[in-house]
Amino acid sequence: MEKEAKIKVQNITKIFGPHKDEALKLMQQGMSKVEILQKTGATVGVNQANFSVAPGEIFVIMGLSGSGKSTLLRMINRLINPTQGAIYIDGQNIIKFNKKQLRQLRQKKLSMVFQNFALLPNLTVLQNAAYGLEIQGMELNKRNQKAHDALELVHLHGYDGQYPQQLSGGMQQRVGLARALATDSQILLMDEAFSALDPLNRKDMQDQLLEIQEKMHKTIVFISHDLNEALRIGDHILIMHDGTIDQIGEPEEILTNPANDYVARFIEDVDRTKALTVKSVMTKPDTININKSGPRVALQRMWVNKISSIYVVDDENHFVGFVDSDDVSQLVKQGSRDLRSVLRTKVPSTKPDVLISDLIDQISKTPIPFAVLDDQNHLLGIILRGSVLAAIAGEEVE
Amino acid sequence: MIPKLPLAQWINQLVDWLTQFNGFFNSITNFFQAIINAFQWVFDLIPIWLFIILILGITYWEKRHDKKWGLLIFELLGLLLIWNLGFWHDMTETLTLVLTSTLIALVIGIPLGIWMAKQNTVQIIVNPILDFMQTMPAFVYLIPAVAFFGIGMVPGVLASVIFATPPTVRMTNLGIRQVPRDLTEAAEAYGSSSWQKLFKVELPIARPTIMAGVNQSLMLALSMVVIASMIGALGLGTQVYFAVGRNDAGAGFAAGLAVVILAIILDRITQSFTQDKNSH
Repeated sequence: MEKEAKIKVQNITKIFGPHKDEALKLMQQGMSKVEILQKTGATVGVNQANFSVAPGEIFVIMGLSGSGKSTLLRMINRLINPTQGAIYIDGQNIIKFNKKQLRQLRQKKLSMVFQNFALLPNLTVLQNAAYGLEIQGMELNKRNQKAHDALELVHLHGYDGQYPQQLSGGMQQRVGLARALATDSQILLMDEAFSALDPLNRKDMQDQLLEIQEKMHKTIVFISHDLNEALRIGDHILIMHDGTIDQIGEPEEILTNPANDYVARFIEDVDRTKALTVKSVMTKPDTININKSGPRVALQRMWVNKISSIYVVDDENHFVGFVDSDDVSQLVKQGSRDLRSVLRTKVPSTKPDVLISDLIDQISKTPIPFAVLDDQNHLLGIILRGSVLAAIAGEEVE
Repeated sequence: MIPKLPLAQWINQLVDWLTQFNGFFNSITNFFQAIINAFQWVFDLIPIWLFIILILGITYWEKRHDKKWGLLIFELLGLLLIWNLGFWHDMTETLTLVLTSTLIALVIGIPLGIWMAKQNTVQIIVNPILDFMQTMPAFVYLIPAVAFFGIGMVPGVLASVIFATPPTVRMTNLGIRQVPRDLTEAAEAYGSSSWQKLFKVELPIARPTIMAGVNQSLMLALSMVVIASMIGALGLGTQVYFAVGRNDAGAGFAAGLAVVILAIILDRITQSFTQDKNSH
């Protein structure tokens, strides 16, 4: 069974401008954003969005500017109030919250990181990191300690007394991240948090976010317009345009199975090796069982499949090695039945979640296909060079 | 033809009608007078040499980062000149008038400016009133001021307040509206109440702009001293006013120079508040 969603967004809609009711009606009839604007003068920000975010995952909302992604994010902490719909956080509909409940929610459960950092220029780095705690009314020493710890967590040592303007962009955003982490909230809302940074810094910050996530298991809703970033950090990706959701899925799913033309065009230029994992390019190999099959079976299977070697497993599908057709023929001539004597165990192997980009160099240099093994040494598949090339070119594997 | 509207008559009737609330006006008078007396008491208490040292000390502390010795020398010579010309007591009275007016202008102006920034309706209503306050010739409201508050410092303060409040209101409004949106969003996103947002984010960020308004208010209050002297507010203005009456250009200029010296000192001291303390 699936874990209960941390955030569940149900049929959420935001309409800006006049004649909201009329616009709502037209929208439900399926009219487009442009038509509604012409008819009523109202702008559809977000059109009946539905999705849920599981605890501990990074959920990336992707879209170009004007797609409604920032509006969608701001409805989760109600910086923008939706026109219609419900948002459940830990099972509670926060749209029904009154002012006090909402403040409690924002103080305890939600933090936010902003594109342009949104640090207070009149406060020091430490005071900025402690802002959320100060709002909660935590006493000075305690909150300074927590803020200091959060700054250490984002590798910002010795800048406590500095002012934000004295720091580089990347460092400022670390302070923004520390401010979000200091409150111990379970949910992080990140609004294009790394978009204002230069590419090197951005990659650093992504790494750091992943590193922190490894330790803290926050639920992160991350907004981005950079698909490579989304593919890199996202467990799930939501793609939207014109306020409407096009597709929600795992990065691979989006790449291998775009739901519509918009998504397909969106992913056209992406560097696939950075997103595709071994799992998505591996193929199922033909195998023989070491305990059941002798040399003749092995030869026959190789002949049928027109291959010169075959992978060998045991009764529980644990990977054992592979045998070569020449060796096996020799064995048959000798009248021996012991396949183990010709078994080759020096086989390059990898794990299913490894990125193709990390492997491509070795794949190109190794003549034998890589074996894909899970943690228990089960043989899940093999990687053929041809399928790697096909996947990079954007074709379906098998 | 439309007959001439009896506008003047209506205003007179309004003023007559308002004078029946003299209890209310008396309590305002007493309140203002108390502030005036407090300032004057302090200024009379401090020996002149100490007063000069204090002003120099404040300036030195304020400008400690950019070491403006020229200003300190100017202040020293200027204050000594005022002392020498025998205007010291008049100068403290003028200072009292200006500081009382500015203080009241701030107490009214800053909250009003905040309210304007928060509510567009308030802005729409208040803006033309501010225009009115700034452009209506000051003599005009001296007349009812005397009717309500009698002769002396209080109506002078009142006239100065009317003239001096608008910049503070406008600049507070402007300063708060100019606070970057992501900063107020950040404040809200972390669960700040409206008051927390105001005091921890909006006012600190708007501070330089608000202080520019305060500086303007102070200067406008100072520009009212001669007019205020016509209804009995004491100080350097009175000296100028008498000089005009006696056709004594020299005495008028001497008193006027004292006003200028005071103005420059007040301006420079308050100007440094408008600089962002983190921008160096």
